[in-house]
Amino acid sequence: MLLELEARKEPSRSMLYLTPVIAVLLTMVFGAVIFTLLGYNGLAAVREIFITPAIDIGRWPDLGIKAAPLILIATGLSIGFRANVWNIGAEGQYIFGALAGTGVALLTWDMEGVWILPLMCLAGIVGGMLYAAIPALLKIKLEVNEILSSLMMTYVAVQLLYYLMRGPWMDPEGFNFPQTRLFSDSQLMPEIGDTFVHIGVPLAFIIALIAWFTMSKTVFGFQVRVVGAAPHAARYGGFNKNRTVLLSMLAGGGLAGLAGVFEAAGPFGQMVPQFPTGYGFTAIIVAFLGRLHPIGIMLAGVILAISYVGGEIAQTTLGLPNAAAGLFQAMMLFFLLATDILVKYRLRFGSAAPGGAK
Amino acid sequence: MNDYLLISFIMTVIGASTPILLAALGELVVEKSGVLNLGVEGMMLVGAVTGFAVTSITGMPLVGIIVAAITATLAALIFAYLTLTLTANQVATGLALTIFGIGLSSLLGEGFVGFTIDVMGPVFPAGLAEHPVLRVVFGHNVVVYFSIAMIGAVAWFLKKSRAGLILRAVGESDSSAHSIGYSVIGVRYAAVAFGGAMAGIGGSYYSLVLTPMWAEQLTAGRGWIALALVVFSAWRPWRLLLGAYFFGVVMTLELYTKAAGITLIAPELLAAMPYIATIAVLALISLRKSAGAQAPACLGQPFKPST
Repeated sequence: MLLELEARKEPSRSMLYLTPVIAVLLTMVFGAVIFTLLGYNGLAAVREIFITPAIDIGRWPDLGIKAAPLILIATGLSIGFRANVWNIGAEGQYIFGALAGTGVALLTWDMEGVWILPLMCLAGIVGGMLYAAIPALLKIKLEVNEILSSLMMTYVAVQLLYYLMRGPWMDPEGFNFPQTRLFSDSQLMPEIGDTFVHIGVPLAFIIALIAWFTMSKTVFGFQVRVVGAAPHAARYGGFNKNRTVLLSMLAGGGLAGLAGVFEAAGPFGQMVPQFPTGYGFTAIIVAFLGRLHPIGIMLAGVILAISYVGGEIAQTTLGLPNAAAGLFQAMMLFFLLATDILVKYRLRFGSAAPGGAK
Repeated sequence: MNDYLLISFIMTVIGASTPILLAALGELVVEKSGVLNLGVEGMMLVGAVTGFAVTSITGMPLVGIIVAAITATLAALIFAYLTLTLTANQVATGLALTIFGIGLSSLLGEGFVGFTIDVMGPVFPAGLAEHPVLRVVFGHNVVVYFSIAMIGAVAWFLKKSRAGLILRAVGESDSSAHSIGYSVIGVRYAAVAFGGAMAGIGGSYYSLVLTPMWAEQLTAGRGWIALALVVFSAWRPWRLLLGAYFFGVVMTLELYTKAAGITLIAPELLAAMPYIATIAVLALISLRKSAGAQAPACLGQPFKPST
């Protein structure tokens, strides 16, 4: 008996939303097998990474804190991905935005006021936008591939961070540790009630909803979708492709920069060389797993946050290496891309039709 | 003395260039067949960690290199299956392969952090290999000579051989190649596998020769520079050599200014130079007329034969 692919007349909507779930389930099954083969307790690994954080309410604040930057960055990236703009340097924009916010914090360290934190956030957005504008303009003016340029900019941002931490921004009373002073109360993200969840967490979800509205109800959103799905039609329709490239890159950079400030003024409370944790890259997985749709991205952001928190749990309870979570995350993307074919094709069991075997 | 300094400078440049040259050469063949594999960094890391692990167990670097080529090829085949058989988006799959390679190599390498190995020695006898001047030609290990030979081999293959012609045809016009009876998917599988093997060997050069040890994300983005090199070379093998050695110079300058105690330039700026140079080079070559026209016509396009 042969397994065959038959082209669907139109892409299956149910498969579009079902395949991310299938991908996560396949990751759990294959993950259990792989980690068993590597000599770990595979079933326990999957339980600790995917189930424990989801059912333990005590872990939920941590899930929200980890999901927030992922959702923010992925929301921005999804706008570009829809327009076929491959900004994969969100990590750099996240770092640069955080540095811009930190700059404001260091300038205002001896001041007080409710205006300081919003100013830091604004600096973060502008910083992230500026950093994304470089690959965007290089693409528009010189046709430089944005994948490579935005990624190279990430490595440059990391070095800039190191330079500022070891040099001009080092805490003068910090015993020569390469880190900034601690942010003051006016500069820290307020926490909700007596949890340690900062206000950036609900804000991230709200911003994703605003993005949903923008993408589905405004001309800009329509333009982005048309440029991505049918570039020729977009040209005939009079849509300016370059403008779409620039705006979608700026949206991605701005949201990544804002996520950077939330993170610096939230969980970190200062700027340190260990600030880049790869959220900008993981957000790519979140964007795809969420089907480039803000609601999907929220769910995917929580799932990826579960894998982060679960990875930490498995590290202490099972002695699983830190890298295990990363491997699970990559597998999710692999399986999503693999099952993508079910959207356009249907599986059929049966003998080969004449000329159908390949 | 200055002459000898120049010689050792050149030696360092050649060493720093070799891994990106190998990886870029593999990717050049992949792209000539019409496939864009952005997973070079991931495949290099898989090669780096498995090559190091096997070398530290067996004590034989050559075995390590061969295993690195095989494991990176297996990683490349995951990409090939997803993009060629299942027609998944090549950009997204390539990114996934890199993320996968980072995770897998960190996991596999965990037990090998802190291990040491014997570095591969030069091919030629000490009289030649350690000669103060002649070592610039005879003082290299086998991988350096292999990388140069491979440029010649790939250049010949693409330009003169029948198989190379088919590969280029598949990359320029997949439907025509398919209609005259060539297996587009088959050719592309072979090209992607070759790209994987070369990236694996390149990656193992870091852990076996340049560093030589294992650390997480050892290749530090060099795989992406290799991708940029292919664009820089306008898909011509010998120009790749030029580009790789240029980047070798940029990376070596960092080491030498550090060693010379020059503090005028921040070390972080020097460390960022290869990446800044990559962006600058990409911008400069696009000023060249019809830069885009040199890319294989079907680059990145999925192909599904309509049978």
